[in-house]
Amino acid sequence: MAVDSVTIALVGSGGAGVMTAGQMLLDAAAAVGWYGLMSRSSGPQIRGGEAAAMVRLSPSPVHGPGDRFDLIVAFDWQNVERFAAELPLSADSVIVTDPAQGAVPAVLAASGARIIEMPIKELAARIAGGRVNMVGLGAVAQTVGLPRAGIDAVIAKALGKKGEAAIQASNAGYDAGAKEAAGWGLGLELAAPQGTGAVRWNISGNEAAGLGALKGGVRFCAAYPITPATEILEWLAPNLARTGGTLVQAEDELASITMCLGASFGGVPSLTATAGPGLSLMTEAIGLGVASETPVVIIDVQRGGPSTGIPTKSEQSDLNIAVYGLHGDAPHLVVGPTSIGDCLFTAQWAVHLAEALQTPCIMLSDQSLGQARAVIDRPADAPFTAGRLLAEGLDGEARYKRYADTPSGISPVAIPGMPGGEHTADGLEHAESALPSSQAADHQTQLDKRLRKLTAFDFGPHWAEIEGEGEVAVVTWGSATGPAREAVKRLEAAGGKARLVAIRLLAPVQPAKLAQALEGVTRVLVVEQTHGAQFHKFLRAHYDLPGSVTVFSRPGPLPIRAREVHEALLSLI
Amino acid sequence: MDTHLKDGAAPVPGDYKSDVKPIWCPGCGDYSVLAGITRAMAAMGLERHNTAVVSGIGCSSRIPAYTSVYGFHGVHGRALAVASGLKLARPDLTVLVFGGDGDGFSIGGNHFLHACRRNVDLTYIVMDNQVYGMTKGQASPTTEADWCESKLTPEGPGVNPIQPVALALSCGANFVARGYSGDPNEVARLIVEGVRHPGFAVIHVLSPCVTFRPEQRSWKGAVHPYGREPTDDPAQAMRAVLEDDGFGLGIFLAGNRRPFHPAVAATAGIAEIEEGFAV
Repeated sequence: MAVDSVTIALVGSGGAGVMTAGQMLLDAAAAVGWYGLMSRSSGPQIRGGEAAAMVRLSPSPVHGPGDRFDLIVAFDWQNVERFAAELPLSADSVIVTDPAQGAVPAVLAASGARIIEMPIKELAARIAGGRVNMVGLGAVAQTVGLPRAGIDAVIAKALGKKGEAAIQASNAGYDAGAKEAAGWGLGLELAAPQGTGAVRWNISGNEAAGLGALKGGVRFCAAYPITPATEILEWLAPNLARTGGTLVQAEDELASITMCLGASFGGVPSLTATAGPGLSLMTEAIGLGVASETPVVIIDVQRGGPSTGIPTKSEQSDLNIAVYGLHGDAPHLVVGPTSIGDCLFTAQWAVHLAEALQTPCIMLSDQSLGQARAVIDRPADAPFTAGRLLAEGLDGEARYKRYADTPSGISPVAIPGMPGGEHTADGLEHAESALPSSQAADHQTQLDKRLRKLTAFDFGPHWAEIEGEGEVAVVTWGSATGPAREAVKRLEAAGGKARLVAIRLLAPVQPAKLAQALEGVTRVLVVEQTHGAQFHKFLRAHYDLPGSVTVFSRPGPLPIRAREVHEALLSLI
Repeated sequence: MDTHLKDGAAPVPGDYKSDVKPIWCPGCGDYSVLAGITRAMAAMGLERHNTAVVSGIGCSSRIPAYTSVYGFHGVHGRALAVASGLKLARPDLTVLVFGGDGDGFSIGGNHFLHACRRNVDLTYIVMDNQVYGMTKGQASPTTEADWCESKLTPEGPGVNPIQPVALALSCGANFVARGYSGDPNEVARLIVEGVRHPGFAVIHVLSPCVTFRPEQRSWKGAVHPYGREPTDDPAQAMRAVLEDDGFGLGIFLAGNRRPFHPAVAATAGIAEIEEGFAV
């Protein structure tokens, strides 16, 4: 019987090619119509060291990691203990191991998983130019029933430049692995693709964020490389250039954010991307963006913290700094994408909001969204672009008031190049004229105005994703949404009922809207990936949560799995 | 305040002044630098709406509010980064940057290094009074090691002052000059030359703080023409700077490095880029 989802790990130390093989598996599965998700686990080593490509395939869209691994193919076991906790197994799991690489480590063998020995290295060595990763890939492909056409397309694309010999070697390795696996009879053949007819994309969260920024109108980026945000910059560098924009590798994060403020002052929508430590360095200048009313988007791809924490692994623990980290009273925007595909929507919306409200917007992605790659249905086009309320009638007698106190709180802005709009944007408190002022009345007026911009704005239905019904609700955000969504679907499939509320707009808070979304709810489950339950406390501070509240919160690097959320939900039913 | 220059009339320095009264102490050197700036703007006939001045924080960084062009008054130390972003995003603008010795060489030191080597077409006027005036008199990166007047460093800072002109040269700045606020016409001339020179221009202006460093009044007698023609050879300029006593005025280097500016012509639409993700 075919399965609806299969979760595979390719494990090996640097040079074994696990990431390449995982990538090819995902690409080949995509080519024949399946959906999938690939995440990476690696240590801090630059080259070499332990690594695993974790791939989940399904005929329908994949929301998060599988509950456990159905199949692990290990090219070697070097340092696997370091991330054994990230490789949950059961007695139903299968471990494929090369006997030449020694015994299966006890920490994995203890699961009771079935162990199959396969002379991976030897099989590869028999082929001129043969590589272990292609042998492993062949075995996995055979196990899940991947049609040969899928891998043909991928090998041709990946190795076309390397010549016919490389293609032949890869094919031979693949075939050798497939032949080995033909007799295993594991029952892990994946159900046939459903063929929804939708255009599908193969995209990472970081790429999706970059694309969303471009679609929103960003044409300037200054940034400093940091894991796990760098891929946003690497994707933007050529694509900004293609669209007439500019990317600058700045000397540090302080330069990154302030260069963006300068470009934005010049009227060009701007973005920087960073991770937690970089966000900390930027917070003073984000406050400058608030005070000077200069729009800018900061994408924080969160990782384990504090300090340098665990740079290659995910967490949602920058919520507090993103929401509360600025000095003074500094109302600003904070948004969080709910999936890899939603990184596009949320980044595009972030640009739109920042520009419309003339204020910084922090987008909280994380490593598990950013560095994971998924096959998804092409996201629908969203109508959000950068549009700043420009000053008009500047040729008149009246002096232009950059920070005019308007009912909406939004002051029409003059951009350099507009005659009559000359003014100084200022981080010092100022009067409506933009001239520095330390007078109480001016401070009160400008504080009120900057807050009113956010509280008076209609964010529409995009503040959250709301699904399902019933008296039990899961309230979550960001990357925790995927497993929460899958858990709710699982409950529904068994005849249960639950609501899912995934909050996309973290700041400003929307208490009336959440109250409406939770009407009739008596039990709430909060799901997040932090140690200190930051999101739960955030909700407690700003919202009235109905009935009893249960919190599922744990730090990284272990991903939250649907099974865990499902179990927590069942205990509330 | 008129917001436009009068049609046909030659611009005058007053056209570039705002009606805001500076917060500076009586006798501050920055008044004269401001005069030099507006004279330079008038001499070049800059269009106000196509000119932007950027600053960080400190006494001299207040200058944007005192001019009538576009301005950005940011936070301590980041003026050069703000200006770099602005100029790269809007190459059509004339962008000048103002700041002091603390803003430029201490908290903003890293940006100074990289602005020199990046060579964006900016003109940076750094007003050096060898003291933190706005925080009421502490040592700056250009203060002498034995200056004992600060409560923070009563025995003197005890560390060598940096030499801004030599630092700029060593980091690859393309145009390096020194002026003195007591001679606003010369400051204006240096600014005009700096703006016209392609790439990053550093103009170090000795600008006394008579409140916390009254002895700087003596600079009037100490300054002297640097006395040589500008060179385009950084090594030659560096030799001359090292031989100088720190009070030589003039253009040390007018180099010929190519300014940094990425191409900005679009070659693809979003739809074309999106196609790259299709399975």
